[in-house]
Amino acid sequence: MYQLALSRMREFYREPEAVFWVFGFPIVLAFALGLAFRNTGPGKLQVGVASGPGDSAMAATLGASPRLTASVLDTATARLRLRTGRIALFVIPRGGDSVVYRYDSTRTESGLARLEVDDVLQRARGRQDLVAVRDDRVVAPGSRYIDFLIPGLLGMNLLGSGIWGVGFSVVQARQRKLLKRYMATPMRRSHYLLSFILSRLVFLIVEVVALVGFGWLLFGVAVRGSFASLAAITVLGSFAFAGLGLLVASRAKTIEGVSGLMNLVMLPMWILSGTFFSYSRFPDVMIPFVKALPLTALNDALRAVMIDGAAVTTLGTPLAIVVAWGAVSFVIALKIFRWR
Amino acid sequence: MRWQEGAPGRALRERLGIQLQETQLADKLTVSEVLTLFRSFYRQSHTVDEVLALVELEEKRKARVVTLSGGQKQRLAVACALVSKPELLFLDEPTTGLDPQSRRQLWEIIRRFRAAGGTVLLTTHYMEEAERLCDRVAIMDHGKIIAQGTPKELIASLGADHVVDLALTQPGIPEDLVDVLRAMGGVTAVRTGGDGLSLTVVELHRALPALLAVLQQRGVELSLLTTHHASLDDVFVALTGRQLRDT
Repeated sequence: MYQLALSRMREFYREPEAVFWVFGFPIVLAFALGLAFRNTGPGKLQVGVASGPGDSAMAATLGASPRLTASVLDTATARLRLRTGRIALFVIPRGGDSVVYRYDSTRTESGLARLEVDDVLQRARGRQDLVAVRDDRVVAPGSRYIDFLIPGLLGMNLLGSGIWGVGFSVVQARQRKLLKRYMATPMRRSHYLLSFILSRLVFLIVEVVALVGFGWLLFGVAVRGSFASLAAITVLGSFAFAGLGLLVASRAKTIEGVSGLMNLVMLPMWILSGTFFSYSRFPDVMIPFVKALPLTALNDALRAVMIDGAAVTTLGTPLAIVVAWGAVSFVIALKIFRWR
Repeated sequence: MRWQEGAPGRALRERLGIQLQETQLADKLTVSEVLTLFRSFYRQSHTVDEVLALVELEEKRKARVVTLSGGQKQRLAVACALVSKPELLFLDEPTTGLDPQSRRQLWEIIRRFRAAGGTVLLTTHYMEEAERLCDRVAIMDHGKIIAQGTPKELIASLGADHVVDLALTQPGIPEDLVDVLRAMGGVTAVRTGGDGLSLTVVELHRALPALLAVLQQRGVELSLLTTHHASLDDVFVALTGRQLRDT
């Protein structure tokens, strides 16, 4: 079995493409997303002022605010820019003391711009603030997008490498009649399947270290819980997904067939399981189903440890879900596995 | 013993070595890694060096499978079958598609295994191969065994030791000519195929002059005349009534 696992690993690391997709890709993704959503604070909001009498004066008033950039635009240009999101709000002075704010109320930026613009305009006209306010700005580590993202990517990576790593090599061995050849030796079937899990375990260490190390070095994403908890969770997750990978590959005869099945399994989880954004955005009816997915449970557990510093013992429910998925799919895979 | 899952099946498989025609070994592994993997399945086995020496692949031990030639791959497949020191070796068309030199190398490997007391079950489409290597031959047609015995017995079953193939310059073969030839002394069988004739004869030195005399008398001209010792090929053709089909 040790030799089986060893050849499994050799076959893997001698395939440069596979190595990239498993190790390189999540890091590139983390890097790109980390840059895009880095915390420089909210940037300046772009607003437009309708051209007309007093337009430049109003633009100057608005531009004086540290959070706004105002420009004078005609109505047609403004409509286009509003639609394409290049301005958040369009201010139309209506003479005297009335103005119209034109914006899309579903856009967060526009809502912010509405508040800020209104504030500036009202104060400029002499509104008095009645409550004394002092801003106390806090930058809490763990609340940034990248802090949310790294555990999600870790979960996604465990899913991907588990299913790809196991699924492809099983189906390839079946297609090349290697499975049939192995069946003609005294090799134990369980050893063959376990060898996948064993080799996954070795690569798991590399994967976790690479991604967590990367997040820590470049973005200062810390692991607030213990590394032992993180290790325990990733091991469980990796077992579960290797089991799922075996299940996906248990019948398929061709690489094309198994690729389709893999995408069928993975794609919904990438979207639903809160890898890139919180699954709480989905309607309430869906939440119980989303929570029952193995990747959701794993992501929740990883975030609890990395962001909140939770102990493994408090994560019974999500980990039970992960283990149940792994155990059930492994048993089914063993039952229905096509050995030739 | 039966071929089954679990301990009895494993005990049986410990004693077998198998080479399957369709198996493609993992491309990315080296020769010695493949053999190390296979020997790890068995309780007793040759070392990698021993089995590499058996199939003469020593200089390729560090080469990846993907870089091997067809003949080398086939020898590696046989090596995987030999590594467990099997008592019984199954080889499924081991030389199909190989160049003559690689074939000879494989024959040598099989001969040595046989000489060391092993039993080989070999399937092949090459009658010449069966004739050279096998103690007993079974000829199968449409999944049924239609004849078996030693190569000598099978050839002797033709009732003649020479085969004469001839072709005529004229198109078509007259029916009465075939009848005349059949009636000739020393001729045991006449088969027609295309515009050629094939005669199995007992005493070539008597039959041949008689044959030529008959042909000359009838004014038939020959475009081809060859003779050879009867072989398993002839047995196969005689039994199945057709040339050896491929696949």
